[in-house]
Amino acid sequence: MGGLQVPMEHVLVLAGILFSCGMMGLMLRRNIIFMLMSLEVMLNAAALAFVAAGARWGQADGQVIFLLILSVAAAEVAVGLGLVLQIQRRFKTLDMDQAKRLRG
Amino acid sequence: MTVALIPLFPLLSAALLMLSLGRMPRLAAACLGAGSVGLSALCVALVASEYLGSREVQEVALWTWIAVGDFTPRIAFYVDGLTVVMMSVITGVGFLIHLYSIEFMWEDESLCRYFAYMNLFVAAMLLLVMADNLLLLYLGWEGVGVCSYLLVGFWYRDPANGAAARKAFVVTRVGDTAMALGLFLLFTELGTLDIQPLMAAANDQWQVGDTLPILATALLLGGAVGKSAQLPLHTWLPDAMAGPTPVSALIHAATMVTAGVYLIARNYELFLLAPPTMEAVAWVGLATLLLAAFTALAQHDIKRILAYSTISQIGYMFLALGVGAFASGIFHLMTHAFFKALLFLAAGAVIHCLHHEHNIFRMGGLRTRLPVVFWSFLIGSAALAALPFTSGFYSKDAILLSAWELEGIGPWLWAGGLLGALLTSIYSFRLVFIVFFGEVQTEPDRQPGWKMAGPLSLLCVLSLIGGWFVLPLAGVFDATGAADSAHHEVNHAVEYISIGTPLLGLLIAYLLFLGRQVSIDGLVESGGGRALKAFWFSGWRIDSLYEVLWVRPYKALATWWRNEPVDHFYNGLIAASQWSHRKLLALQTGELRWYATSMVFGLILLLAIMLRNAT
Repeated sequence: MGGLQVPMEHVLVLAGILFSCGMMGLMLRRNIIFMLMSLEVMLNAAALAFVAAGARWGQADGQVIFLLILSVAAAEVAVGLGLVLQIQRRFKTLDMDQAKRLRG
Repeated sequence: MTVALIPLFPLLSAALLMLSLGRMPRLAAACLGAGSVGLSALCVALVASEYLGSREVQEVALWTWIAVGDFTPRIAFYVDGLTVVMMSVITGVGFLIHLYSIEFMWEDESLCRYFAYMNLFVAAMLLLVMADNLLLLYLGWEGVGVCSYLLVGFWYRDPANGAAARKAFVVTRVGDTAMALGLFLLFTELGTLDIQPLMAAANDQWQVGDTLPILATALLLGGAVGKSAQLPLHTWLPDAMAGPTPVSALIHAATMVTAGVYLIARNYELFLLAPPTMEAVAWVGLATLLLAAFTALAQHDIKRILAYSTISQIGYMFLALGVGAFASGIFHLMTHAFFKALLFLAAGAVIHCLHHEHNIFRMGGLRTRLPVVFWSFLIGSAALAALPFTSGFYSKDAILLSAWELEGIGPWLWAGGLLGALLTSIYSFRLVFIVFFGEVQTEPDRQPGWKMAGPLSLLCVLSLIGGWFVLPLAGVFDATGAADSAHHEVNHAVEYISIGTPLLGLLIAYLLFLGRQVSIDGLVESGGGRALKAFWFSGWRIDSLYEVLWVRPYKALATWWRNEPVDHFYNGLIAASQWSHRKLLALQTGELRWYATSMVFGLILLLAIMLRNAT
């Protein structure tokens, strides 16, 4: 293994920061598109942690899981964007604080 | 097979009238109703003349009713002197009352239903007195109870009548339950319910004074007390006056209420084995006759006076049975059937002609307005009060003499009975003087027709001469030892006292109520007098006592159960889940960010717990 060695702690800290950013975005943004983007960030943070862990122990599992997460994210985006279109059509807005008909 | 025809005619007629659903023409219904009882009376006359000629007991077995192992009660009739007397009274008086009913009920819209019930009653009553086993007797017993219920509540559109009917049914049911238990006991102990074998088996297996016969007879006495309206189950009879007056005459005076007397007389050998029960019968009779006589003094509804007087007279019959004078009891049963039917029918005629007026103080002066009714009422009252040479005189005299001759408690019973006779005389002539003498209060708007006057006149004759009938009871009550019709050494002083007492009562009633020669207004209006009058008027407050003792606790219990205490638990579950549903609903805001945030914080919480546990 040649080249620049990045310590795993750094990668994990980066993943944590990315995850927290995504989480904050999810909680604070009102636009559904930004919320979906925040979700993508969180997924990628988790994937980054997997890759780092796979590299650290020299196992392929981390990369396999990354691929899995990638496909899950793709499916999620497909469904999510479909929903976004519907929301836009029905509520004429993407503000999720406006679209809250489903309540008890 | 004439015997089997006797109950068949009324039964068939009742079935026809019921199946016609009230669409039969009035005349046809009336002819069928009265005619069937008339035919039945003719058959009774045939059977009776046959019996009087040969003096042979007839047993007619039709078929086996139920066959379960050793238990094989038959539909079978047993005709001896007692049955002949009872059948004659039921069909004879019954026919006259049916005839009278045609006129009395003619304008009623439910004439057909009326005759259906009346005929069914006559059939059931005949079954009761002709039955050769106690189970068949019980069938008739319950049958007359049902008919009584139906007829008391005949004018069912008034809720008060329905309540009276239910009261009559429920109160007699108390006695009937006791009687059913008595029958169970007799069957388990003696293995049969056929009356004659039962008596033989009882005499074989039991000694005088054993516990079992005392228990069995006490239970039978319970049934008799309920049906015959004796203390403590007499409260239904005054309310039963809600029915049409001929019904009161037939069922609640002449026949059904004497079924208890018949039951005891029919099973007299059993009762002879239980002297304590006999004594109880006598005391029940005495207490009832006095209580009812005092109550009758204070009433002002003409039918209620007669109702209490019926209770009182049946008390005399019980007294007779209790002192062992069975034949005298049955004799009084017959004469009472004549004169009480007469009184009720006369009262019915008064009510009929006076636009359904019941209050005696709004009548008066009817002596000249309704002469037929007046004479009927006078003769009936004279017989009821036991004035000399009327029918009631002979029967009541026989009872009092038998009571006098009983050793031990006899003189006490005699004295009580004598006091009752005095009161009887006072209240019956109070009724006559108030209703038929004095000022005219209400003008009658019609006169009784021949269908009313005819039965009244016939019953007048019977009430006068009924005392001279010699009942064919010789041989029926053999086991009593002494033939109580023949008094060898009649105490003349006792005889004169019992002749004088009703006359004294008549004198008192004359002084108090005719022209008010002697005024007792001061006495009645004083505090104590008014309280006593109210006390007697309410029937010694026994109804209110039962209300507090039984009716209210039972209603409270019923209400409690109707609200289903078990359901409270399940209702609680429902309430709890509904409450939590409302509270949890508040969490469903529909705000996506709120859900996300709560998930995040929940996750953090879980992580914190995991980390804390890991370290």
